[in-house]
Amino acid sequence: MNFKYETLVSGSYPIEVFEDDMTVTKFVLLNKADNVLICCQAAKVGEIVCIDAQQFNITAHIEIGHKIARDKLIKGQKIIRYGVPIGSATSNIVIGEHIHLHNMESDYIPSHTRKNITGE
Amino acid sequence: MQGFLRSDGRKGIRNAVVIVYLVECAQHVAKSIVNKIDHDDVQLIGFPGCYPNDYSLHMMEKLCTHPNVGGVVLVSLGCEGFNREKLSQTIIDSGRPVETLVIQKCGGTKSTIDLGLEKASTILTSIANVERVELLTSDLVIGTICGGSDGTSGISANPAVGVCFDILLEEGATCIFEETGELIGCEYIMANRAESPELGQALITCVEKAEKYYTKMGYGSFAPGNAEGGLTTQEEKSMGAYAKSGSSDINGIIKPGDIPQQKGLFLMDVVPDGEPMFGFPNISDNAEIVEMIASGALIILFTTGRGSVVGSAISPVIKICANPETYHNLSEDMDVNAGSIIEGKATVKDVGQEIFDCVINVANGGQSKSEELGHKEFILTYKKFDSIGTSKPIEGIGPSCLR
Repeated sequence: MNFKYETLVSGSYPIEVFEDDMTVTKFVLLNKADNVLICCQAAKVGEIVCIDAQQFNITAHIEIGHKIARDKLIKGQKIIRYGVPIGSATSNIVIGEHIHLHNMESDYIPSHTRKNITGE
Repeated sequence: MQGFLRSDGRKGIRNAVVIVYLVECAQHVAKSIVNKIDHDDVQLIGFPGCYPNDYSLHMMEKLCTHPNVGGVVLVSLGCEGFNREKLSQTIIDSGRPVETLVIQKCGGTKSTIDLGLEKASTILTSIANVERVELLTSDLVIGTICGGSDGTSGISANPAVGVCFDILLEEGATCIFEETGELIGCEYIMANRAESPELGQALITCVEKAEKYYTKMGYGSFAPGNAEGGLTTQEEKSMGAYAKSGSSDINGIIKPGDIPQQKGLFLMDVVPDGEPMFGFPNISDNAEIVEMIASGALIILFTTGRGSVVGSAISPVIKICANPETYHNLSEDMDVNAGSIIEGKATVKDVGQEIFDCVINVANGGQSKSEELGHKEFILTYKKFDSIGTSKPIEGIGPSCLR
């Protein structure tokens, strides 16, 4: 595929989160082919996210820059961001679930984290 | 805009005197000269090792003859392996004033510092009247790097730098992006932008070399802070890093210290050739910044999510903050707030234009935040490249190849 910055424009595909009866854009879809959404404003457990016209609960605190699932994913399935694979799911993932080191891995070099350096 | 005209035809945007220590043992003397002169244009650079290394000599030759450098004072202990005679000759050949101080022959620390102060002041005065000529956007050579990336880097600052690169390239400037180790996973996407199929294959080979090297080292270029910021994998970080290169055609591959021989967009191959030697390719962001400066970069665009505060000796660093929270926390260090994209207050295109305007302002003599704050970091370590210091032909990816 051709990767162009136009597809990255923040807010191109805003995903609405309902908070205190107000609609706030907290996640963006970077590319139409993506199966993850990127957090632009921190979201709390219990917030409702509206993804592709369906509502889902946020089940973990999500910080800026973190990803949630846009689609239901099965173990081994490629995680797609910027329209390209950025790794694979290591477990089944439901829509709206936080995607990070606990349920996804690199298809290249394993990421090393502060956790396994310091043992925290 | 006006620039400082150098004998090789290149134009600088600064007119610095660099005080260069040629081994760690001479660092204190060199640093004392810089501290005592206390002048923005007198800057410390150096190489800590005692053993000679073709790469570091090559880098120093390119750095001391950089368009932003007007004169040089070399500070040697006396018995180190660095080839100070060759370095000095290269600087003389470039038409710049150079003085070499050998501590063992100058009477020791205090005497050498005093002598260095005298020599540096004389050079500073003698280069004050160097010829100034009109500087065009097409004269600019701009490098980009990211450091302390997080999940916002790839959605705001990096694509905004990409937009700025597209504008610069449209106006005939030269742009350099690098971090081949951080392009692992997107090499085939990148190859689609190469100006020729041969270059596309060379781009893939270049990233494969990086992957092999990092795998042998047991790490990717993936730091703990990246995971905390929401980036999970090398590939994810890579795609975000890659966005800095914009959407223009890629015109060639250069190695550190290679000066691009034509205008356009270049990937810098920073990973050493052959079996891993001397450790990690670049131990910190400033090592990469120095390599781009050695290839002629007049300004460095540094994108950061978690918040770096560094600048550099020789060439100004412009910092573009990707994360709005980081920007508000570290605004005194940041030149551009790309976090406004995350907050929905600006588009990637708006911020790209803002970065371009900032480049023009800094090229015109305006100080970047890191310059104002006195940041002049510098680091140079051991490395090995096949094309540097050997008579062996370059493996087909020099600046004049693949055109």
